[in-house]
Amino acid sequence: MRSNLQRLLILGTAAMGLTVGSALAETELRITWYNDGNEGEVMRDLLDRYEAANPDVKVTLDVVPYKAILESLPVQLAAGDGPDLARVTDLGGLSEHYMDLTPHISDPAYWEKNFGPFLKWLRKPGDDSSISGFMTQLTVTGPYVNKTLFEQAEIEMPGEGATWDDWAKAVNEVATKLEIPIPMAWDRSGHRVAGPAIAMGAKMFDAEGNPALVDDGLKAMAGRLYDWHQDGTMAKELWGSVSGSQYLGANEDFANAQVVMYMSGSWQIPQFADKIGDAFDWWAVPAPCGPAACTGMPGGASLVALKTSKHPAEVGKLMDYLSSEEVLNEFYGRTLFIPGHLGLAASGVDFKTEDPRAEHALLTFAAAVPGISPIAFDLQGYVYNRVMFNALISRLGEAIVGELTLDQAYDRMTQDIEQQIAEKKRGG
Amino acid sequence: MAHNSTAQSDEMSLGDRFNAVAAWPMRILFGLLDRPFRAIQRLFGIERMPYIFLLPNLAFFGLFVVVPLFINFAFSATGGTNLFLADRPFVGTEQYRYLADCGSYLDPSTCREDRFWRGIYNTITFVVFQVAFMVLFSLVTALILNRKIRGRGFFRAAFFFPVLLSPVVVALIWKWILLRDGVLNAGLTSIGLDRILFFVDPTWSMFWAIFVSIWAHMGFYTLILLAGLQAIPPDLYEAAEMDGTKRERIFWRITLPLLWPNLLVVIVLALIKAVQIFDEVFVLTGGGPGTATQFIVQYIYTTGFSNQVQNFGLAAAASVVLGVVLFALTLMQLAASRRREDN
Repeated sequence: MRSNLQRLLILGTAAMGLTVGSALAETELRITWYNDGNEGEVMRDLLDRYEAANPDVKVTLDVVPYKAILESLPVQLAAGDGPDLARVTDLGGLSEHYMDLTPHISDPAYWEKNFGPFLKWLRKPGDDSSISGFMTQLTVTGPYVNKTLFEQAEIEMPGEGATWDDWAKAVNEVATKLEIPIPMAWDRSGHRVAGPAIAMGAKMFDAEGNPALVDDGLKAMAGRLYDWHQDGTMAKELWGSVSGSQYLGANEDFANAQVVMYMSGSWQIPQFADKIGDAFDWWAVPAPCGPAACTGMPGGASLVALKTSKHPAEVGKLMDYLSSEEVLNEFYGRTLFIPGHLGLAASGVDFKTEDPRAEHALLTFAAAVPGISPIAFDLQGYVYNRVMFNALISRLGEAIVGELTLDQAYDRMTQDIEQQIAEKKRGG
Repeated sequence: MAHNSTAQSDEMSLGDRFNAVAAWPMRILFGLLDRPFRAIQRLFGIERMPYIFLLPNLAFFGLFVVVPLFINFAFSATGGTNLFLADRPFVGTEQYRYLADCGSYLDPSTCREDRFWRGIYNTITFVVFQVAFMVLFSLVTALILNRKIRGRGFFRAAFFFPVLLSPVVVALIWKWILLRDGVLNAGLTSIGLDRILFFVDPTWSMFWAIFVSIWAHMGFYTLILLAGLQAIPPDLYEAAEMDGTKRERIFWRITLPLLWPNLLVVIVLALIKAVQIFDEVFVLTGGGPGTATQFIVQYIYTTGFSNQVQNFGLAAAASVVLGVVLFALTLMQLAASRRREDN
């Protein structure tokens, strides 16, 4: 039987051990993160390995809803109280809060070589050299179709080069024949409309580079969306049932085989592979064409270092690890994300999937990248692109439910954009 | 008898002993506070002591209510998107003039900030119907629950239960019921009727916004009215019954006048809460379709927080307008209750 003294000694030693352990983990880095699929799990796994190799650093992954990334994080950053790193999608919009990692990373040339085109998206206007982060995911917008429904309806799917009108006609035929409630659904997002609008000839900017959302190209696409909601090609529940610029996706409806064609993007691949599996053939198809192009919109999420960090050197070291080719190959491969690393895009990522539908979708979206319109890249890199997307979606939504005419909606879009940019330029 | 009295005195002494033990921490505390409070009393005088006791609460109220009120007011006189007041340019009344810039106040589409005015009109519609039906249903429910009916305890609990739920939970439950493939539409289709897309129709959306809000909060107001009904002396009813007074007359001449103070509290609380409506409707309808159920608080939230350019100045100005409306409603309530007391 142990004496009290022995017990005290054991307890004391254990307490000292714990103290030493916590003293070793001197630096804590926090990452604000959101998940579309399994990427949080994969990132945690990678961070665990980093922590094992660097026992003096502890990395906490704070997983928050996507809405918090859009709405809470900017306020937090403006108040000077942000995390060390964050996964963001408003790439240019938050650029004033990014840390320039150049002095803290081991090989800036590697970053320029492999992330060059995407680094521009993270820079403030007039900045052409800072390095703030890398793309955890490059996305391309584009449609998915329920191929099984086409086969059951014995209707041929429109091929490469088909227009949006061709697809609208085909999906209506399928839906009518099989009594599917929603022939076509688009995410309620201005970003989703931008690609097809550019395909129709929208220029998005004037000759001086100022935003000029409303032109004949945009009207051509917005008019179609309006008409499709009136004739039942699209269900009003998605675009008409909420106000403002709120995002709504039709992923659940598509996964439940309630939708023939779903306009969304490459980030849905892991979710569909998981949720739909082989229940039906979900098939990514090339972006339908308009008179000007056959294009989707690029986009994605980036892991960025933030000025609010008190540990820039440790952040730089962590970013060196996470951005390395080996680590990113594993990250993209396990998450089924299109690589935002040029070296990996060229050599090919070892995607961990046996699902032929997921493989096909990855190939389709990856093949779409070279065909993306330069206007779409410019728009993605534009610092106020969300102002444009939000004005587009909120006013078009109001027109679709009959609160505004299309012409009134176009006027309001222009007014909203001018007012918000003027407010931003007034200070901040 | 003697035995009984001994037992009683034993019990009392046990109780006294327990009280003595339980009270000693309080005695120590009061002992510690006694000297400083005596000193304060000597300094300020006994008449001012109530203010000293109110001071801690007032300090919290000032810090978390009055100071933010002034900060909000200051924000409404500034522009730009900086978070810190010192970094924001002063614009005077510009934000208010922007909100008030209308061709016709009766037609929001002629206003520069059309969504603000749509929010105002939607809020007025919501307040009128929600408060009227809320008070009516709460009163009827309280009258029924005040009677000796079977399962009265169960019904009281059942009506109060939704009050305990978070507004988000309430909205999600009803959304689940009302969606295209929700429980209600499943019921309609099972009896051969067409499904109704409730959230696509502006009238249905407003109806459900009002209905769900009443369902969620009615229990609270019912409880206030029930307490008022139980405070009415029963001998008044007995006397009226002995006089052979009709039930309707008893209601109009005894119940309603004596319940009026509680009813007034219910009306004012319901009115203030209805003007502030946001969370449950935001989750239920998202403010749609279009802007059909977008209320003034949602407008403030969207303008200040969910746009890429967070226009804190405009949102603060709209908040001041909302604050003025709520202040006016409170003054009306005070005036009504004073008039009632005078009468």
